[in-house]
Amino acid sequence: MTDTDMITAQLAALARPAPNALLGAVLIGTDLADEYTLIEGPIGSAYVAWNARGFTAFVPTEAVGSRDDFEARHPRDASFVDSPPDRLAMHLARTIETGRLGRLPIDLSSIGDFQRKVLEKCAEIPPGEIRPYGWIAREIGNPGAVRAVGTALGRNPVPVLIPCHRVVRTDGRIGNYAYGSPMKRSLLKHEGLNPDAIETQARHGIRLVGSDTTHIYCYPTCRHAKRISDAHRVEFRSEADAVENGYRSCKVCRPAA
Amino acid sequence: MTTTLDHLANRLAADRDSAFPDLVRALQDGIYSGSLQFTRNRQDAEDVTQETFVRVYRALESYDEERIRDLQLRPWAWTIALNLCRNRARTANRHPETSLVDDRVDQTGDTAGEAASNVDLAEWRQRLAGLTGPQRTAIVLHHVVGLPYAEIAESTNRSESTVRSDVRRGLARLRTLMEQEKR
Repeated sequence: MTDTDMITAQLAALARPAPNALLGAVLIGTDLADEYTLIEGPIGSAYVAWNARGFTAFVPTEAVGSRDDFEARHPRDASFVDSPPDRLAMHLARTIETGRLGRLPIDLSSIGDFQRKVLEKCAEIPPGEIRPYGWIAREIGNPGAVRAVGTALGRNPVPVLIPCHRVVRTDGRIGNYAYGSPMKRSLLKHEGLNPDAIETQARHGIRLVGSDTTHIYCYPTCRHAKRISDAHRVEFRSEADAVENGYRSCKVCRPAA
Repeated sequence: MTTTLDHLANRLAADRDSAFPDLVRALQDGIYSGSLQFTRNRQDAEDVTQETFVRVYRALESYDEERIRDLQLRPWAWTIALNLCRNRARTANRHPETSLVDDRVDQTGDTAGEAASNVDLAEWRQRLAGLTGPQRTAIVLHHVVGLPYAEIAESTNRSESTVRSDVRRGLARLRTLMEQEKR
């Protein structure tokens, strides 16, 4: 072996494999993969995932138990970490505590225009209140798209954070939920609503309530409807019913266009 | 390797996000091995390698399909990596106290890898420091990373014959240095 061969052999031996964690770090740096962790949500634990743009998933452990299951169903590569970065963790804790989205960043970049509008509108519904699917359809300027609204909400990547559990059937029944109707009812109960009472009212055909002092009608869970005392509370079966009686719609819950 | 990378350029042009992890897998060992010689320690080499790929990705985002298909992926990535290594060296010189961590290279290193290869990283770092900048770059890229002369020429924006003579003179210099060590 000549000196030069020895030197080049030693130089070749200076090569080292890249650290294992490198690919993962690059994929998060380029937004091609997410990070996720396990948190305590309003009704039990859940996996939450995020990337540089915001949160990308919220999955109750009741639906998906193990990390492997979560990673398998998550649409992108995801690696487990102990907690989100401080800023995200702070906003997340606030959203879970208040039930309002606030300034929590959600990554809606891979979501179509229609679904984004539906989810953004849904996020406006305050905790402890519910709206029918038709309300969202009308509010986003697509009154005929009630069924499509249901589908868009069913594919909400971040349920609970974007409160699709606050959207119910137009006939007043609580309706379906991506993680099952019982979870939807539990979430509403957690916000102080009584799902059984809501459905009983719906069965009796009551869709709207008004006050005979203001002559304004609301959705029954609107914060202004809740202030009406029993003595002044009037119930309506439909918008037409309310209008015929000389009532106008509430400007906060907007039960009519 | 070259055919794999040509194929990869086509895949990146067609579907950037799904092909990108394969680009990282194909180039990461080479870029890390080279950066290890061009920076002060493992942490710097890891940072440089990671940052190189993030910049590669950002650039790919802004290129159209045709431009991506025509890319010489490896020399292009090395142009970016060499820049980052140079920037790091400049910062390190401005803050000399931090270069104390140099000594940690071997203590915190992958002792398994070093034992197996029976090559002393620190000793070689010392020797390579005795070369001119272009000689060191050419030697490391050719003999440690395994880049062909043409790709080194492209990454460093020099002619292929200059790169060849840098490697030749660099090797001669290393031989001299090693003979001096024996005495």
